[in-house]
Amino acid sequence: MTQSHTPVAKTTSDALAMNQPIVEDREYTTLNLGPTHPATHGIFQNILQMDGDRIVSGEQTVGYIHRAFEKIAERRPFYQITTLTDRMNYCSSPINNFGWHMTVEKLLGIEVPKRAQYIRVIMMELARISDHIICNSILGVDTGAYSGFLYVFQEREKIYEIYEEVCGARLTTNMGRFGGMERDLSPTAIAKIKDLVYNSLPKVLKEFENLFNRNRIFMDRTVDVGPITGKRAMEYGFTGPNLRAAGIDYDVRIAEPYSSYEDFEFDIPVGHNGDTYDRFMVRNGEMWESIKIIRQALENLPEGPYYANEDHYYLPPKKEVYRNMEALIYHFKIVMGEIDAPVGEVYHAVEGGNGEVGFYLISDGGRTPFRLHFRRPCFIYYQAYPEMCQGGTISDAVAIMSSLNVIAGELDA
Amino acid sequence: MTNQDLVSDIVGQFGEKVADFSEPQGLLTFTTTRESIVEILSYLYSSATLRFSFITDITGVHFPDNVGGEFAVVYHLHSFENGVRIRIKVFLPKEEPRIPTATGIYVGANWMEREAFDFYGIIFEGHPNLKRILNIDEMDYFPMRKEYPLEDATREDKIDALFGR
Repeated sequence: MTQSHTPVAKTTSDALAMNQPIVEDREYTTLNLGPTHPATHGIFQNILQMDGDRIVSGEQTVGYIHRAFEKIAERRPFYQITTLTDRMNYCSSPINNFGWHMTVEKLLGIEVPKRAQYIRVIMMELARISDHIICNSILGVDTGAYSGFLYVFQEREKIYEIYEEVCGARLTTNMGRFGGMERDLSPTAIAKIKDLVYNSLPKVLKEFENLFNRNRIFMDRTVDVGPITGKRAMEYGFTGPNLRAAGIDYDVRIAEPYSSYEDFEFDIPVGHNGDTYDRFMVRNGEMWESIKIIRQALENLPEGPYYANEDHYYLPPKKEVYRNMEALIYHFKIVMGEIDAPVGEVYHAVEGGNGEVGFYLISDGGRTPFRLHFRRPCFIYYQAYPEMCQGGTISDAVAIMSSLNVIAGELDA
Repeated sequence: MTNQDLVSDIVGQFGEKVADFSEPQGLLTFTTTRESIVEILSYLYSSATLRFSFITDITGVHFPDNVGGEFAVVYHLHSFENGVRIRIKVFLPKEEPRIPTATGIYVGANWMEREAFDFYGIIFEGHPNLKRILNIDEMDYFPMRKEYPLEDATREDKIDALFGR
């Protein structure tokens, strides 16, 4: 990703030498907070213009992990695209998976049974906790506090074990199917989730908060660092915890409830300044709210089927495939991807770990989408990064990037 | 605020410049031309009743069969106060895929338009920094266009004829 530009003279002597007009006698240093840097999570390049210690402006290069998902999606049957969505925000893949499933269910007009919706809510909230654990603990690491990260990551390991129990994979989960889930929550999974949200996670989160929330050093590093006003954030298209830290309480789960979120009672933590400290506190608050939601979902988990009876899109049970002709044909057609989707156009959004993850799907009646576009929150709010860094030092720039929770997979898709 | 109110407001304001109102999955969609798009976006942004102050997304789509309107630029807007979304489409001919930029109204349109340019080659006039964003600068084709194949065309083993499609 090379930048080609004619060099602009930064000092009077250079301007004289290069025969350029003398603008201002100011020397800016160009610093490359380069693609491979231990403090940037993922691969981002920022070419910063520094005035001594302070950042004046920055130019970003993104696209190091661009994998052409939107092009690949035009060639894949619908259920194979779930694996692409895993790899966007890979810290909270179930949310992307279910967002995609709900988009297609909207297009096909499938009604998901209540039990499956509650299970989806549980898994999505676990994913949100997992995402916020990474963001907040890595913000701690970037400001120098490594021990918080270690203790909290054990909880993330437990979440991985729950994923493994539910779908077989730890990180890129490919969870759920069109019309519900692929299998019911096993007793082991329910026991593990209960142990997590009732026993271990609240204690660990409390300890984590005790370490950071009123810690003098942490607050000095994060309060008033990288502020953004609510109005400016909305102009940029911010969503998610970054927007809520700036004071605007927009949450897709409340504004346009999906998958039975309207059955649950939870609050939305909102900040004041939109600085790094507020983003940290909002994410902490959201983890507590997610614990509340999971407890409510577990207590009220309804009985019933865990998938909708959609023969065309949901694989029939295997013993039926061996005995029943129709089941055999449906199994063959689904696996070979020969099922045509109806013509239509749908935009569906879910509340991901970073904000509104949108799926814009245009179907022309074939077996693959005609156009699939992912509205990726990271891509949209990362535009504001140079503006937020202005006037700060490099250590502030690093803290701001951590607190924004920029995930490379979601940025580039 | 229902979709019907939105339609009467927008048609009342712009009349001939907007067309093709539809509601796929309940989301009001309409089409306009590149000459009117900035006016319409400004109106939707600053109108005291409609309050479409949030730009959700800007994408490009390529319809190779739609002669005279091969490239579409699709705007998704959202009004937080009214809790309603809207979708605007502008169709551009392939000989001249130019459209005025929306960055004057929504700052966040900057990278979204760069992505549409990178993938489809749609030129956003007045954009402050219209360069490729996700692909390398040296690329000289636009990869999301339908004529550009996904897979390596010189492969002999995975051709459609053998795979029965």
